[in-house]
Amino acid sequence: MHVPDGFLDAPTSLATAAVAAGAVGLALNRARRELDDRTAPLAGLVAVFVFAAQMLNFPVGAGTSGHLLGGALAAVLVGPWTATLCLTVVLAVQSLLFADGGITALGTNVVLMAVVGVWTGWLVFVGLRRLVRPTGVGVVPALAGVAAVVSVPVAALTFTALYAVGGHAPIPLAELTAAMLGWHTLIGLGEGAITCLAVGSIIATRPDLVHGARDLAARHELEIRTGAPA
Amino acid sequence: MGSGHGSHLHVEGDSPVHRLPAHTKLVGLVVFVLLVVALPREAHLLRLTMLLVALGVVAATRVPARHVLGRLVVEVPFVVFALLLPFIATGPRRTLGPLTVSRDGLDAGLALLVTATTSVLMAIAFATTTSSRDLVRALQHLRVPDRLVQILAFMVRYLGVVGSQAQRMKVARDSRAFRPRSLGSWPVLASSAGSLFIRSYERGERVHLAMLSRGYSGRMPVTDPLRADAADWARALLPAVVATVTLVVGYAG
Repeated sequence: MHVPDGFLDAPTSLATAAVAAGAVGLALNRARRELDDRTAPLAGLVAVFVFAAQMLNFPVGAGTSGHLLGGALAAVLVGPWTATLCLTVVLAVQSLLFADGGITALGTNVVLMAVVGVWTGWLVFVGLRRLVRPTGVGVVPALAGVAAVVSVPVAALTFTALYAVGGHAPIPLAELTAAMLGWHTLIGLGEGAITCLAVGSIIATRPDLVHGARDLAARHELEIRTGAPA
Repeated sequence: MGSGHGSHLHVEGDSPVHRLPAHTKLVGLVVFVLLVVALPREAHLLRLTMLLVALGVVAATRVPARHVLGRLVVEVPFVVFALLLPFIATGPRRTLGPLTVSRDGLDAGLALLVTATTSVLMAIAFATTTSSRDLVRALQHLRVPDRLVQILAFMVRYLGVVGSQAQRMKVARDSRAFRPRSLGSWPVLASSAGSLFIRSYERGERVHLAMLSRGYSGRMPVTDPLRADAADWARALLPAVVATVTLVVGYAG
């Protein structure tokens, strides 16, 4: 669900666009360290993956379903800088080719999902890794899941703060915050569960592809044994 | 909210909007929407004029109305919010038939409804008349950082490929009698997402190798630059000019 045009006033939209442009500029610079000259094709394909994963519907019951937002998932899989770029491109394509998400609200949407969503997820993930000090890849899916749980309500809180600054109607802020937090904590729990399960399934086959677990993956050196096999 | 992005919005055609160079359309779109967002909250009449301008542009694309209406569903969650606003907002009250609502909330709800609809209509007019290749060329022309344009170019290039891969995985699940009904189906769906990631990533690696073998050096050559003359710019900026006049009238009047 993206913020449309007209939800926040023009100054707030322009300010968030400036913040988004700065963050994306920095990410363009730093993503090279995560992916070197493979950045463009790989980040492009990861962006398609995020886009396609957002279309997978997860049944919640009573005929309704939800879908992945993918900020924390992308951060754990490909690193936060590349994830910021991927989510930004996904939002730009959704806004310009699918008319989903406002044109002037693109900056706001990038700040909420590609910056706050991705970086909250990543910082929580890294913080937990420092705390737990895992020796194997086994706990990484759980940490990624917790990171995803936290990232969704934090992005919702950021939106509430933006609305308090640049919203058009005087809504009682305490109630708006409570409603946004309550609802998005539920969404976050779903996001966390899916992220945990998805990271787990990737680690089971290609742990070397998970940026947040690469240093933990067991290395198998090539062994050359001489002599007749027993 | 599960709004499907199943198909591209682009519709082939030869309308005046289709023929405009993509970068002029993009500039026209951004300026127009920014001006509509900047209208004062109470300027409902001016905002309705903007809605008419947007409807005029959509009509000029000669895209079937059914196609346009189908896309308007992305708005639904915010229509709900706009309808709730008069009841949840604070401030002075006014009566509206049998109801007592917040005056500020009513204004804000109306403004949101019309602004969002206007801008979605304009975005649909842009998306239906601009191919993804032209969008990439437009962003290149407008000096968006090259790396970002490249990522976007790869994304739109492989959208269909990965999309149909996801579709094939769905067929594989369905043919094994998988019915996603409850929370119990989550592990299956999540591991589908996991395989989709591995397949996308590995495809990216292969694409990169294929590009290297064709002499990729980190930059994409511009083979066919977009060109626009003054008449193109005048046509593309017409809605924005109308919006500017309206804005001036709105602040002066």
